[in-house]
Amino acid sequence: MTSSTPVFEARDLQVVKGGSLILKIASLAVSEGEILVLIGPNGAGKSTLLQALSALLKPTRGHIFFRGQKIGTDIPLLEYRRRLAMILQEPLLFDTTVFNNVASGLKIRGMRRNEIEPIVERALKRFGIAHLKDRSARTLSGGEARRASLARAFATDPEILLLDEPFSALDPIMRETLIEDLEHVLRETGITTIFVTHDRMEALRLATRLGVMHAGEILQTGSPEEVMNHPVNEFVASLVAVENILKGKVIRRNGRTFFASVSGQEIEGIGDVGLGEEVSLCIRPENVTLSPFESGNPTSAINTFPGTVGKITPIGYYRKAQLNCGFPLVAYVTNSSFNDLALNKGTKVLASFDTTAIHVIRESTPTDS
Amino acid sequence: MRNMKKYSYAGFMFFSIFVLLVNLGPTAEAQEKTLILATTTSTQDTGLLDVLIPIFEKKTGFFVKTIAVGSGQAMTMGRKGEADVLLVHSPAAEKQFMDDGFGVTRRLVMHNDFVLAGPDEDPAKIKGLKSAAEALKKIASAQALFMSRGDNSGTHAKEKDVWKVSGVKYEGEKWYQQTGLGMGQTLNVAAEKKGYTLTDRGTYLSLAKTLKLGILVEGDAVLLNIYHVMEVNQAKWPKVNIAAAKAFADFMVSKETQEIIKTFGVDKYGSPLFFPDAGKKVEDLGK
Amino acid sequence: MDLILEGIKKAFWLLVSFDPEVLGITLLSVKVSGTATLISLFIGISVGATVALTRFPGRRLAVSLINTGMALPPVVVGLFVTIFLWRNGPLGVLGILYTPLAMIIAQAVIATPIVTGITLAAVQQLPGKLRLQILALGATRLQMVWILVKEARLSLLAAVMAGFGGVISEVGASIMVGGNIKGYSRVLTTATVMETGRGNFDVAIALSIILLLLAYLINLVLTQVQQRERPR
Repeated sequence: MTSSTPVFEARDLQVVKGGSLILKIASLAVSEGEILVLIGPNGAGKSTLLQALSALLKPTRGHIFFRGQKIGTDIPLLEYRRRLAMILQEPLLFDTTVFNNVASGLKIRGMRRNEIEPIVERALKRFGIAHLKDRSARTLSGGEARRASLARAFATDPEILLLDEPFSALDPIMRETLIEDLEHVLRETGITTIFVTHDRMEALRLATRLGVMHAGEILQTGSPEEVMNHPVNEFVASLVAVENILKGKVIRRNGRTFFASVSGQEIEGIGDVGLGEEVSLCIRPENVTLSPFESGNPTSAINTFPGTVGKITPIGYYRKAQLNCGFPLVAYVTNSSFNDLALNKGTKVLASFDTTAIHVIRESTPTDS
Repeated sequence: MRNMKKYSYAGFMFFSIFVLLVNLGPTAEAQEKTLILATTTSTQDTGLLDVLIPIFEKKTGFFVKTIAVGSGQAMTMGRKGEADVLLVHSPAAEKQFMDDGFGVTRRLVMHNDFVLAGPDEDPAKIKGLKSAAEALKKIASAQALFMSRGDNSGTHAKEKDVWKVSGVKYEGEKWYQQTGLGMGQTLNVAAEKKGYTLTDRGTYLSLAKTLKLGILVEGDAVLLNIYHVMEVNQAKWPKVNIAAAKAFADFMVSKETQEIIKTFGVDKYGSPLFFPDAGKKVEDLGK
Repeated sequence: MDLILEGIKKAFWLLVSFDPEVLGITLLSVKVSGTATLISLFIGISVGATVALTRFPGRRLAVSLINTGMALPPVVVGLFVTIFLWRNGPLGVLGILYTPLAMIIAQAVIATPIVTGITLAAVQQLPGKLRLQILALGATRLQMVWILVKEARLSLLAAVMAGFGGVISEVGASIMVGGNIKGYSRVLTTATVMETGRGNFDVAIALSIILLLLAYLINLVLTQVQQRERPR
């Protein structure tokens, strides 16, 4: 067992359910201390993957290795399960006190009450619910229950933590504080984690590595920046919120600089593309800058288009503005510039983005990330 | 610790069940000392056995399990070897029982008599008739409600005998109903529905205070209700406790028991419920 | 009406005077039905939880049999237990017909499907993911079943009530296999039937009132436990 051995590795993992292949993972390895966040829509096979990884579901094919040992062969399933912790979407607390809930994993391992007590106290404190320890779990609020569920998982001092959309049923504010607390604990403990979610913000907050799942497969893994800036395909792009995916055709090129026609407008980009090739241009909304229509073209950006503001949606610190520039374009505007620009439905603005802000996906040949 | 708790809990359950079963279960010795008496509801409902059994148990050390059913079922139990001794009142069936070799001895214990009871209104006008068969004929022609036990008991057998003597058709008639219940309950039903019924005098007397039924016909020789005691044949069924059975039969015809039977019920009802007959002949009864 | 008043008076008197016979009958009722309920809990919870948690061929049939068993007529049970326990029957060597033990067996047969059925329903009602969560906490299969049964304990209290209520008030089987033997196998229900037959309605009413009180007290205790467990 060398330091380079991944904590956790799945090889050629397949799960068939009801006659159809619902999970197909060629290879997935997680190293010590890594926080791998898998993002994907519902039905992408995220939960199935977690259940297979935690040996709660027997894969139809393939094996899982824990620190180089094949589970079920080199290491018994029960022992393996006792070295990990899993948190499901619902807190699934037992009908007893919060203390007993947090102690349950330890009791299952046959620990004595006097050994259990300090560990449970610490776990409760860590998630800020020490004051709730004698309360019945049934009386907790959604957020408190998640905290208890997290404390229960951490109490057993797991080597791997698997989380299956633990906060998806919570309201945004509650979710925000819980993610913050979880992030803190994860960084503090350095525990190897796999977290699945369909929420992009959650993913970006926690991930040291990001993976995108779709239809039972992992399409791409890499650092969050890599995946966000260089999605391998449109699906990945849409999922990591590159909301602007503009389809166009390369009409001119000059070295690596090319011009693509998108709904009759010319957009300049950089990339290795062939003339006449169909491309998708991905532009992250936060990279689109808006300026007053009257200002002419004050920015250095080459790609500047006049547009009309359509729908405006507040999203936390930002507002999301949908523009019509001959092609649809989404921009994120901070609340303050929103006020400065006096944006309204129908307002005319100039929208611009850098050539470097464009990620090019070639339609014909798949790109490697 | 959880495991400990679980095991001790399971252990406790097992232990408590075990203790209870041991407490409630029979021992080998108890089986040898146990006598199963199959008898009629009338002997139990009158309370006679409540008086006699403790005396017998004290005297002999046997433990008596009294199973109070109809005479028919009692004899079926005897035929199957599920009872050791029978105290019943269905002479024709008893003879058959003896002829088929299921009994050892058959001894006369006591008698009382059956009476025809009915509502005071007496719609069939049978009050005071000397012949029971005549009375049934009048009930049939008046189509007055008649409640039968219908349970193959001694009383039911006697009732069928009298119907036979009367020669009228009664089975399947609308006014002829069967309760399928014991004597006491059948009397209650008859009283509620203002019907006639055939009852042993003992049960009638013990219930008379709560019933609105009067004795309308009595004293006919055909209405004699005769109790015999029979030991079940051990040769047919080896498990029969013949020693206990014989002891009980002997006890029933003993002088002391016969004295008790003679006076039983006098204090409560003003007249005896049964007449002791040990040693007599059936032909001499009622004379 | 007079009769009922008489009965209530009699019941009161029998209770306050600690009439030894009535006391004995009452204690035997509790002992027999309590033991039968314990046995049925033991079997019913194990079987109910197993059926709820496993998939096997014929499971549907098993479930429908259990549900039918919940309505098993006591006299039918009484009849079959009697036939089995006859001296010359298949289990005759045991020599336990007309004993309280035979009554316990018959009552356990009556109560077990009730407890099994309620356990089955209760465990099935638990969230499906709970099993995954328990296993993920490192539980063995046995520990999982135990935890699930504990999670369903409030419903199981209902099973205890239904089971005990069913057997303590049952008369058909008790009279057949117990024989209603004075001071030995006479319980409240069989005594009530007999006293009714004897025309001693006041005693019968008194016994019924004691039976009602008993059933009420036991359910009161269990309901207390159940309600205390409910979240405030």
